[in-house]
Formats: sequence, structure tokens, C-alpha cells
Amino acid sequence: MTVAVFFGCAFIAFGPAFSLFVFTIARDPLRVIILIAGAFFWLLSLLLSSLVWFISIKASNSQDLRLQRDLLIFGVFFSVLLQEVFRFAYYRLLRKATEGLAAISDEDTSAISVRQMAYVAGLGFGIMSGAFSMINVLSDSLGPGTVGIFGDSQYYFITAALMTLALTLLHTFWGVLFFEGCEKSRWWVIAAVVSLHLLVAGLVSFTWTHTFTVHIHYFTSTSSQLRFR
Amino acid sequence: MMRMKNSSRVAGVAVIVSKTGLADNFSPHTTCPNQNTGVYSENYGPDLANCNVTVWNPFGNGLSYEDFAFPVFALKDENQTQVIRKCYEDHNQRVNGSAPKYPLCAMQLFSHMHAVTDTVTCMRRTDLQNRFSINPEVLCDPLSDFNVWTSTRPLNNSAKGHAADESVVIAATRLDGRSFFWEQAPAAEGTVSGIVTLLAAIQALYPVTQEAPPTRNIFFSFFQGEAFDYIGSSKMVYDMKRNDFVIDLDNVHSMLEIGQVGLHSGRSLWMHSDPISRQNKSVDTEVLEMMDRMRSAAAGLKLTVDHPSVSQPLPPSSFQRFLRERQIPGLVLTDHNTSFINRYYESMYDDAENLNVTYPPGLTPDEQLVYETDAAKSLAEVATLVARSLYVQAGGNESNLNNITADPKTVAQLLYGFVIQKNNSWFRSLLPPEVTKKGVNSILSSGPPQFYIGLGPRVHGPAHSVTRFVQYILANLTGSVTNLTESQCQNPSELSTENKDLFSYFWVSGPASVNSTSEPFCVRASVRLSKAVSPAFELLEYGSRNYSTWTESRWKSIRARIFLVASRELEMLTLGVGVAVLLLSLLVTYFISSKAELLFSSARETPTTTY
Repeated sequence: MTVAVFFGCAFIAFGPAFSLFVFTIARDPLRVIILIAGAFFWLLSLLLSSLVWFISIKASNSQDLRLQRDLLIFGVFFSVLLQEVFRFAYYRLLRKATEGLAAISDEDTSAISVRQMAYVAGLGFGIMSGAFSMINVLSDSLGPGTVGIFGDSQYYFITAALMTLALTLLHTFWGVLFFEGCEKSRWWVIAAVVSLHLLVAGLVSFTWTHTFTVHIHYFTSTSSQLRFR
Repeated sequence: MMRMKNSSRVAGVAVIVSKTGLADNFSPHTTCPNQNTGVYSENYGPDLANCNVTVWNPFGNGLSYEDFAFPVFALKDENQTQVIRKCYEDHNQRVNGSAPKYPLCAMQLFSHMHAVTDTVTCMRRTDLQNRFSINPEVLCDPLSDFNVWTSTRPLNNSAKGHAADESVVIAATRLDGRSFFWEQAPAAEGTVSGIVTLLAAIQALYPVTQEAPPTRNIFFSFFQGEAFDYIGSSKMVYDMKRNDFVIDLDNVHSMLEIGQVGLHSGRSLWMHSDPISRQNKSVDTEVLEMMDRMRSAAAGLKLTVDHPSVSQPLPPSSFQRFLRERQIPGLVLTDHNTSFINRYYESMYDDAENLNVTYPPGLTPDEQLVYETDAAKSLAEVATLVARSLYVQAGGNESNLNNITADPKTVAQLLYGFVIQKNNSWFRSLLPPEVTKKGVNSILSSGPPQFYIGLGPRVHGPAHSVTRFVQYILANLTGSVTNLTESQCQNPSELSTENKDLFSYFWVSGPASVNSTSEPFCVRASVRLSKAVSPAFELLEYGSRNYSTWTESRWKSIRARIFLVASRELEMLTLGVGVAVLLLSLLVTYFISSKAELLFSSARETPTTTY
């Protein structure tokens, strides 16, 4: 839909993530490293889940449309679970790292607290997830046309950008909640995060309308309130 | 189209080509075809030049010669047209008189052309590229292909220049056509009628000329590129003048050209001659004798031939290029007296229907191939007339005339192949085996052949289809079967019994029957191709006024796509919202992070103290 839409959607989708990065992360090199590593962990989880889905697709009958759709649903849920597994793995890694960080720092404790690491890790997950969901849409939006010739809504680009914005922030908050739950061994928190993630993934994939974007933002605010507990 | 050309609001035109609602006449050519490169000019018959006496193409609107600054696409595929219509009906139609709302359906046409302005400019730029650039980029190519020629007595192809003791009667017709759109030229009445007539005449003449040869040789020639200022005939005359051809202008005794002969249907045929050259007594005598011979040949058939008034000039024909060099006695045979009867001259509507070639329903393609339509029968009669006149003109004995008859079945097959379907069993049996294999670039795709000259085998893929067809049909009609193997057929000079100078050797598929595949064999015929590219490009006179200077621009991709476009307001709104979100998040984040201690004081972990 032309350059105006490209920039508009890019700003909507990555504006908050960018500003968070600039003001809270960019100055501290340790946070930058944790951010990048977090993004990488999310990428790994996506790679593995897509590998599983790809193998299941190739092994199945490509003519059976219903089977393909079911495999896709399975793929989405498997991917969500794998992302949470990798989040847990990253948590374990960072826990191990705090001891090393404490050893090399000037004070007794490490230079960065677990809560801060949780926030940065969540943001890393969010940025990478947002990039993957938005980049293709952005590159298509550069052309002269817009969505709609097959009957879809013409507000698709804006909706996708808002979706990505919500997802980025949600990942950040889930990161904080998850690490908090792991620290204090509150398993119900972890279960809540996982189930929320599954719910959001389900809503996004299978019921794509404007109203659910609103609902997603409701979840965002709910998650942020949870975080203050 | 002219209104759209002058409008500033038109960015492109997509024409839906349909058969219904056809106008009564449509000819995008000019009213006076090839008026600047014919024989009539200020020096030669000035009052006959520029169609002062007769307007040959009165329905011509000159559309093909207009310069359009936007692409014009022809859509022939029904499915594509349906998609476009549906998109328009869904999104672009007015509802209750108000303007349609965004998003609107839009179409983008890609046809970037590398050449601009005119031939002189783009050839100059091409020359600069070739001289100075490491990776030269050619901008345009001259139109070029091949003429096809043959003769009743074989001529030695390696002996150029004046042929000793040869007096030749030339029988000629044109091989090409054009229309407003690129590579669309069914050219049924304009070109196919002449080709089919001359081919059938050659078939009728050949056996008799071998048994009872006439005094003079008969030279048959099919000129390519005549629609574009006589490319083929000007090249042949140019070669003859420079002694670069098997014969030269001194060898030529007279000439008979076959113009548009398809629509005479019960009326008479007309023999046109050039009044200026007939002021010369000897030329006039010969022309009158030619007309007498033709009339007496026609008397035996159900045809009448007549000549138009003496002061009428020649219609546009290849004969005019010969007259520019030498005043040769000659006639042009057509079905029209003054203006063309063809109402769709050089347009995409000049197809089988225009030539009245229709078949009764329910016939299979193979049955249609041999069905003798009325058009086939009438063209067969014209072919017989032409053949008999040529035989007598070449000094043959009149007693043999009754043996010269054109075969209506051959004419029917030729007509079917040239205006209905070129992928038929007869054409497949005449062509070499590698051509009949199916492929994307095969010249035997479905539908009738298109007669646009094209750029020659150097630039495009295989050779022009029509040239190949005529070449192999001539080989089939006039050649003799030999029992050479394939490798011998490719290199016949190794054998002492075969003569590569007098004959060409073709490896053809042979007829395929239902239960077995075809057995290829080698045909020997005196059919040759001669290059048909305008002499202007050899002389490097790109702005020449004497020769054709037509070129075709190079292009990379020609395609179109449809999509929806959103309103400008929505785009700006998106941009505005994006900028607002970015600024807002920057502000909020800065504010919160600078006041972080204040806001999140309870979240800071207190170091545990041990007592």
C-alpha cells in the first residue's frame, strides 16, 4: 500500500519496542547481550517447531485438506509450548549466569537482578516474535496495492501492526511473570502464562477480526497488572 | 483511441477482444499504404502519387501509425477478462449514482520499451553501446526474416550476378501482415489468399514444366515484410542490382504479382498495370500481350478478368519496388478494381470469417482439413488461372494448358492450415521431426499462424513459422523424395549424385498414421531462403527515405496485474497513527525510565542482611 503505509505500520509495530530498547536497554551492554540472546532463544524454538511441522506435513497426505488444517493447528500449539520450554531453558541459563556475573562484578551481587533479566529476556522474545510476524507483511505493504481482492478487509496492515505491537508487549510481560513464577516456585503463575499464550495464539490464528485485537490489548493490560502483584 | 491519446487522465488501455459487435469496417493501417516507398513520387508519376487518383484503403484510420504514450494491451483470454470484469463490478461500480468507495480495483500494465523517439535515435544509441560499452545493451532490432523463392528450372545458388541465357518470369506475392497489436496478424484476405493461390499454382505448374518445359524460367518468390515498406522486395532488388543474387534485373522478362484475391466471389478479377512505364512502347506491347494471355486463359474457366482504367496507378505491391529500378512489364492481379474490398485490411479482424472460410458443424479436425469450402474452390480457380497464364507467359505450348489445373483439395488443406489451425496432420507431416515435438517454443502451437514479420531467428527463438511452413510446403509440392539417410541429408555435398548448389535438402517427418509413427525421409527441392532485411541497415542509413527503416524496440517483460488500492486518506492515517504511536511510546518510556526509582522503589531487591 505504498511507503506511507510501510512506515506507519513499522512504527506502530515496533515503536514501543524501539523506545523501550533506546531508553532502558541500549545503555547497558549486559542488557543488550541478554536481549539478543533472548531473541536467539526464541528463534531456536521457532526453528525446532517449524521443523517438526514441516516433517509432519511432508509425511502426510498433501491432498487431504482437513488433515493439513489439523496439522497446522497442532503446529501452532506445539510452537507455543516449545516457546515456553525455551523460555524456561533461558531462565535456567540466566540463573546459572548470575553466579558467574556475581563473581566478576565489583560488588557482591551481580550487576543485574533477575527481575531485570526477566524483563529484558521477555522483550527479546517479543522483538523477535514481532519481527517474524511483521516483516513479510511490511515488505508486501510497499507495493501499490492493498489487501482485499479476495474479499478480506482492507485494514489488514494496520491490524497486523497492532497485533504485533500487542504481542511484543505481551511477551515482555509474560517473561517477567514467568521468571517470577520460576523464582518463587509458584507453578500456577507459569501455568497461567502458558495458557494465556495458548489462548492468544489460538485467537490470532483462527479468528482474525478487529474485535479480537481489542481483546488482545485487554490481555496485555491484564498481564501488566498481574506483574505488579 | 484518439480521444484517449489526447486525454491526460488515461494511463493505459486494455482492449477486450471479442467477436460480437464487430464494427462494419476497421483498418488501423493508413489510407494509402506504403505511399512513401512505392514507385510513385515527385519524379515518377507525381499526379498518381499519394493516392491522388485512387484511395486504396478508404476505411484506414492510421491507428497503427499513431504514437501512444501509454501501453495498450489486448486481452483475448476469456478467463482473464472475467476476472477483471468481476473486480470492476465488485468494487468500481457506481452505487445509486454516487462515486464508488475505496478500496478501488486498479490494473497495472508493464511494458517498458527500451527504444525511444525513432529508429535513428535508437540505432545511434545502440551503435554507441556496441562501440564503447563492455556489456553492450541493444535497444532495438531491425525487422528481418527471410524471403522464400523457387524456380521451375533450378538456379545455381553459388553463381551470383547475371545468369547467362536465363530469361525469367517472376511470380510473386507477399508473406506477411500486421495489425494494431504486436504479433497479432491473421491477415487472411490480405496475405493468405495470395500465398495459397501461388502455392496451388506452383503445384499445378510443376509437373508440366518438367515434362514440357517452357522457354523461360519461372521464378516464384514470397516476399516477407511487405507491410513495413517493402522490406523483402527492396532487399531482393538491392541484391539484384549489386550482383549479389542468383539472377539480376537483366534476366527479368516480366512479372506477375498476386495481391488480395480472396473476395472476388462471382465478380471479376482485375489486372493492374503501371501507366507511366506503359508510355514506353515495348513495355506497353508486352503488358497488353500479358493481359490477352490472361484473358484467354480465363475464358476456359469460370472467371472473368478485366483491367481498370488506364490512368489508374498500381495498388501497393512488391512490383512497385522492381519498377523503381527498371521498367519491367508486369501485372498485379487483385479482386478489387479501385479501393480494397477488404474492410479489415491489416487488422486482427482479417481472419477466416472475413475470407468466408466456414465449415459445417460436426466435423473433426481431420475432416475439416480436407473439406473443400467455397473459398477453397474459388481460390483454386484463381490458382489455375495464374498457373496457365504463367505457363503461356513463359513461352509454353498452349496445347498443354488443359493439364494445368490447381487441386482444390490442396487449396483446402492450405487454407485450413493458414487460417484455422496450423497444428494439423498435413503440416506435421511436412515439417522436420524436431519441430513437430511439442514444446513451448514450437512453431506448431494451436490456432492459426500469425503473419507479423518479427525479428528473425537471431533474436527470437525458432525461425518465423510462416516462412518455415511455406518453405516446407514448397519442398513437398515441388521436391522429389530421395533415399538419403539423415546425416547424408544434412551433408549432401559428400555424395556425387547430389548437387548442393542447385537443390536444398530437407529432412521431413513424413505422414503419421493412426497405428504407427512417421518414417522421416529426405526431400530434395530447389527451394531457397534469401535474407529479408532492409538495405537501409546494411548501408547504415537509418533515416533513409528510399528503404524501409522499421525496427522493433527491445523489452524485458510484458505483463499486467490487478489489485485493490486504498484511499490516500487511509494511507496518511496509517502513517499518522504510526508516528503518533512512536512518539507516544518514546515519551512514555522516557518519562517512566527517568522516574523509575520513584515508581518502582518497592520492586528493588533489598540485599538480604544476615544478622
